[in-house]
Amino acid sequence: MSGEVLRADLLTDVLGRARARGATEADGFLIEEQHFSASVRLGQVDTVKHSREQRLSLRVFAGKASAAASTSDLSRASLERVVDEATALARVTAADPHAGLPDPADLISVVPDLELQDPDGEDLSPEAKIELARQAEAAALESDARITNSEGAEYWDRRARYVYATSHGFARGYATTAFGLSVSPVASAGGEMQRDYWYSATRHRATLEEPASVGRTAARRALRRLGGRKVKSVEVPVVFDPDTAASLVRSIAGAASGPGLYRRASFLVDRLGKRIAAPAVTIVDDGLIPRALGSRPFDGEGLATGATVVVGDGVLESYLLDSYSARKLGMRSTHHASRDGAGVGVSTTNLMLKAGPTPPEELIRSVKNGFYVTELIGFGVNGVTGDYSRGAAGLWIDNGELAYPVEEVTIAGNLLEMFAAIDGIGNDLVLRDRTVSPTLLIGRMVVAGS
Amino acid sequence: MDDLSRTSPEHFFSDRFNVTPALMERLLGGSLARRVDDADIYLEYRVNEELVLEENVVKKASRHVSQGAGVRAQAEARTGYAHTDEISLANLEEAARQARAIADRAGASGVVAVPGRGRAHDLYTLAEAPIVTALERKLELLRKIDVAARAADPRIAQVIASLSSEEVVMLIATASGWTIGDVRPLTRLNVTVIAEENGKREIGSWGGGGRVPFDYFLEGERWTRFATEAARQATLKLRAVEAPAGTMTVVLGPGWPGILLHEAIGHGLEGDFNRKGVSAFAGRLGQKVASELVTVVDDGTIPNRRGSLNVDDEGTPTGRTVLIENGVLLGYMQDRLNARLMKTAPTGNGRRESYAHPPMPRMTNTFMLAGQDDPDEIIRSVPNGLYAVTFGGGQVDITSGKFVFSASEAYLIEGGRVTAPVKGATLIGNGPDALVRVSRVGHDLALDEGVGTCGKDGQSVPVGVGLPTIRIDGMTVGGTQV
Repeated sequence: MSGEVLRADLLTDVLGRARARGATEADGFLIEEQHFSASVRLGQVDTVKHSREQRLSLRVFAGKASAAASTSDLSRASLERVVDEATALARVTAADPHAGLPDPADLISVVPDLELQDPDGEDLSPEAKIELARQAEAAALESDARITNSEGAEYWDRRARYVYATSHGFARGYATTAFGLSVSPVASAGGEMQRDYWYSATRHRATLEEPASVGRTAARRALRRLGGRKVKSVEVPVVFDPDTAASLVRSIAGAASGPGLYRRASFLVDRLGKRIAAPAVTIVDDGLIPRALGSRPFDGEGLATGATVVVGDGVLESYLLDSYSARKLGMRSTHHASRDGAGVGVSTTNLMLKAGPTPPEELIRSVKNGFYVTELIGFGVNGVTGDYSRGAAGLWIDNGELAYPVEEVTIAGNLLEMFAAIDGIGNDLVLRDRTVSPTLLIGRMVVAGS
Repeated sequence: MDDLSRTSPEHFFSDRFNVTPALMERLLGGSLARRVDDADIYLEYRVNEELVLEENVVKKASRHVSQGAGVRAQAEARTGYAHTDEISLANLEEAARQARAIADRAGASGVVAVPGRGRAHDLYTLAEAPIVTALERKLELLRKIDVAARAADPRIAQVIASLSSEEVVMLIATASGWTIGDVRPLTRLNVTVIAEENGKREIGSWGGGGRVPFDYFLEGERWTRFATEAARQATLKLRAVEAPAGTMTVVLGPGWPGILLHEAIGHGLEGDFNRKGVSAFAGRLGQKVASELVTVVDDGTIPNRRGSLNVDDEGTPTGRTVLIENGVLLGYMQDRLNARLMKTAPTGNGRRESYAHPPMPRMTNTFMLAGQDDPDEIIRSVPNGLYAVTFGGGQVDITSGKFVFSASEAYLIEGGRVTAPVKGATLIGNGPDALVRVSRVGHDLALDEGVGTCGKDGQSVPVGVGLPTIRIDGMTVGGTQV
């Protein structure tokens, strides 16, 4: 596409100027996106947003010293200023023997088509998009008389282009689309109010969940929270629904990420090759799944994406690394570099805990007295020790049945102990977001309440 | 480097982008403001610099520029918002067309001029903005912090020190006929250490800042305290015992534990949630929502504070809003849209993360006024409980009122005395009744060091909190010891 060639040319110019200013090597990432969103509340249009954004991130090396810069202003004058400032900054930072670009020979040559762009996604008018949000909210409001209010429903779409280039002459790009629909209804009864939400997000518009279905699910989730009560503090088995279980998987990936490991600020330090979870647990990061939200053909350093088994049958098999953290650890990049303005970090692609054999209903039925968690709030996860303490809401399990809603309690433990105590894995894995999990049953955790 | 603080926002945008206040007003008066209830054009230019020391040297340095314009039109409860990265007349016209398309639909009568509520403040004019201070001085400070933190304790294995400096120039033209600008410096110094002993590792952090010059960190060797505090936090945790689980009496120390107020009542008192009737506090003005010992204010006018602003992001001068007085709910925090729909006045709480985001009602600096009690006596009054003095983040479910905040430094209280440090634990409560249980309020009000960032609807803004020592009878502590 000519647009991509133009942008690659722009990046090449910038990198050339960096070289001329004394940089020994440099790389740059250009993101360009167009975003639309429309929210509806109680049937009326609430907010409609249009945006067009661009950002160029640049990393320059002066020998083994480096610096980063970024700008949303792509005018010539501004780009020149950014290059000059970055090269000036690189002269004051300390040399680091592990700094540098990946070996040019390792860079991706053919960019695979992962169908991340929907060719038919843009044929809706703003009115039709608003209508989708309206339908989703209406389905929630109509589903039950106790759905009395709403924080609204939103439809959004996003088109983005990414181009990566290095001063060695490499330049590749790709484009994506994404579409989403979400609803936040409020249920009330006897002076109590509860809000919940549901959403669908996809790369191709045609595969978005039906608006009415999103709305009904959101309503069901809000309704089942009504009448929530506190329970007595107790140590019991805890079942995490797929959404809350996914947050546990995310914590493992965070602890397996290079920057925390070389700083020795992770509970997975020195654990490679060791058992860190129950034998039934396998966690994979796969960036090449066609049409998936987390897919990308190459990472933030131009290295081809692949599939990485992070945890295999309970054993920590791989860390998640970019080039720098890999060199620091004496390893090879796992091609998980991500770009933010401040330089290069690590991010996952499509991260999933593999499905088990058990229907989720059966996992719940196996618990005599325990807690089914559907919502977690707060930030009580210590990535250095794995200590875990978060606010939770959900349903109490009494004799294998979901008995009554529970709120204003916390659950606490340690992530390593929690993953070792996974006693059951559901068969309900659905790749509906970037990080997913089936239902998980953890043998024992402390629930704090009254 | 440009010293942005030496120029007026009006001149800055007209010199650099050829967008003058007259042009903005013409756009507003022409296409935008007719048949809408409110409209504005917001220009922003932001420079940010980040320096990070780790493994004894400054290896990471970065500089970021972002700029753009956001155009908004509102009719009744509808908002049209469009933004662009390129500040030019053509783009502003296109954004105005997009923003207006939606707000225009039902045909409101036109903007009724709402007078401004007085003059903008002058809360952070600095002799030297932190963004322009010489790099060498900044690098030198980070290196000194590294040495100080490592010297604090032999178990300190890693030191990560970061210094961020920012300057934002904004200019807003409102349909009510005034154009107002602001230049906002902001800086933050953070120290994080990892302590290691017998294969056990722990993390400690401390930091601070505000709308202050770089020299603020040198005053009274403030930076030394940040370094030794971070080291103390980490080494203390190495010997922390399991936290208790269950409902107990909790004493919160002064300063940063004010995050309790931010989560328990602050968000619930933002105008948007109350206008929509989805807050646990909706419809409760004039009612008792806290113990009579409790008076809580949101004050955006404290000089040099991280959460302070001369004008909010809609051009309204910030103020001091009493949210709760002697336990009675007195007021909500408002932006222009929600104030108009609730037929009340904007309170200077309309804030946005950047030009890419429409404003919402947000907090500035939220704190509880001092009481009468001696802090030591408050602790002595508790037979058994938890004394929590430093917190990580918090979160609230506005509708149910349930909120959490996570203690990172806390101790058991046994027999009226502070004893063993406990591991981090989340505290959970219910906003409308948590403050009813406040039974003691100390005379030692302190504001936090200046590190808070609040997230709402995907938008982050800098905020402040503050609290005297308080006693809460009955709060659930999420430890592991049943």
